[in-house]
Amino acid sequence: MSERLIGILIDSFPKILIPGLLYTIPLTAISFAIALVIAVLVALVQFMNIKGLRHLARFYIWVIRGTPLLVQLYVVFYGLGQLGLLLPPFLAGIIALSVNEGAYCAETVRAALESVPKGQLEAGECVGMSYLQTMRRIILPQAMRTAFPPLSNSLISMLKDTSLVANITVAEMFMAAQRIVARTYEPLAIYIEVGVIYLLFSTALTFLQRKGEKALSTYEFR
Amino acid sequence: MKVLEVQHVKKHFDGPDILKDVSLSVDSGDVIAILGPSGSGKTTFLRCINFLERADAGTMWFDGRDYDLSHMNRRDIAAIRMRTGFVFQNYNLFRNKTALQNVTEGLVTARHMGKEQAEGIALEQLRRVDMLDRKDHFPSQLSGGQQQRVAIARAMATDPEIIYFDEPTSALDPELIGEVLGVMKDLASQGMTMVVVTHEMSFARNVSNRAILMEDGVIVEEAPTADFFNAPKMDRTKAFLSMLSSYAQ
Ligand SMILES: Nc1ncnc2c1ncn2[C@@H]1O[C@H](COP(=O)(O)OP(=O)(O)OP(=O)(O)O)[C@@H](O)[C@H]1O
Ligand SMILES: [Mg+2]
Repeated sequence: MSERLIGILIDSFPKILIPGLLYTIPLTAISFAIALVIAVLVALVQFMNIKGLRHLARFYIWVIRGTPLLVQLYVVFYGLGQLGLLLPPFLAGIIALSVNEGAYCAETVRAALESVPKGQLEAGECVGMSYLQTMRRIILPQAMRTAFPPLSNSLISMLKDTSLVANITVAEMFMAAQRIVARTYEPLAIYIEVGVIYLLFSTALTFLQRKGEKALSTYEFR
Repeated sequence: MKVLEVQHVKKHFDGPDILKDVSLSVDSGDVIAILGPSGSGKTTFLRCINFLERADAGTMWFDGRDYDLSHMNRRDIAAIRMRTGFVFQNYNLFRNKTALQNVTEGLVTARHMGKEQAEGIALEQLRRVDMLDRKDHFPSQLSGGQQQRVAIARAMATDPEIIYFDEPTSALDPELIGEVLGVMKDLASQGMTMVVVTHEMSFARNVSNRAILMEDGVIVEEAPTADFFNAPKMDRTKAFLSMLSSYAQ
């Protein structure tokens, strides 16, 4: 490796890492938190079989899972912009990412809810608890425990998907890398470098996932 | 003193009637054993009178009030359930809660009792079922017999007027049945009102004061336990008992 290339790599490292810390991480964290709320609500209305809402939930999942995230990003940013609703790119990114991720996570949470033995709902009712109390205190916590590993997977894949928001002018890591490439003509080295930084981030998430699973394993399922 | 009376309970699912006009009257301190072949409707009956299933028809008298089982509103159901207990065949403990929390949950969440008071009651009930030493274990760390004893403590903690048991020992390994029946026998001797669906003939014979044979959704015979076993009136009861005794040999 030439000295020039090493210099470029060292020089560009903070220029990629800082947008990562400023945009990629917050985008991931905020969008995923919103996605989780959407997922739990959408999973619950299906699980509880709430008439009109259940169909709405299926429709939402059908549309979102059937269209590319990139298209969704363009619709939210450029599409709504055309209607005069010009959202800041970062906000548009959060909306598209969380709505997209919410649909996938909803299916995860719904499957997890269905895996919880139903007798506990009846047991809750028989000691005087309401359906909602039993859902909240008994069924949902167990479902979230079951859903934790697949949700962690979703989080990690979402971290990588945030690179798509470069397309709607958010200056996150990938866009920073693109700019450096345009300046240095070193696509191989720079794109590998940004890949390594994504890898660092996802490794950190994997580590957190392990910790979380351990903390949650106070009770085991049989 | 009468605690509960249900009359003319009818229930069908998709096909024919599973319960065809079943009636039952329970006095305070009664231990009623409901016997009968598989599929005769015993579970369905218990589920209907605790509203886990909606009966097609039938009335209930409980706690000084009459109810129409086919038109129960949510508030009445909740009020009645506050004063009854249910023990399931497969325990149905809350799997994310310890034994102690399983017992306090209904007190704290449904009855808004303070944590300390609830724990006091729960510890007392766990002691009764001899589960104090496992109070911090999760259900997955307990044997079937231990889980069922916790489930009984959970039902007892709400201070019910009556407890329904649906084959509480049927899911247990044979060597664990005794400990659960022992607990139930203690409850009976302390005056707890119980309706017990069971296949345990020795329990029915020795602990219950009235026995019922149910077949095809009707009560074939209901009698004081001694009469039921020693001098059954109905041919179908005789056939059922002789089938059991030949099975036992
Ligand atoms: N939810 C349901 N949907 C349809 N059919 C049902 C349902 N629950 C029970 N049944 C039917 O009702 C009949 C009586 O069932 P039930 O469980 O009350 O019998 P049981 O006397 O408790 O039998 P066992 O001794 O095997 O527990 C059976 O034929 C069963 O298939
Ligand atoms: Mg049954």
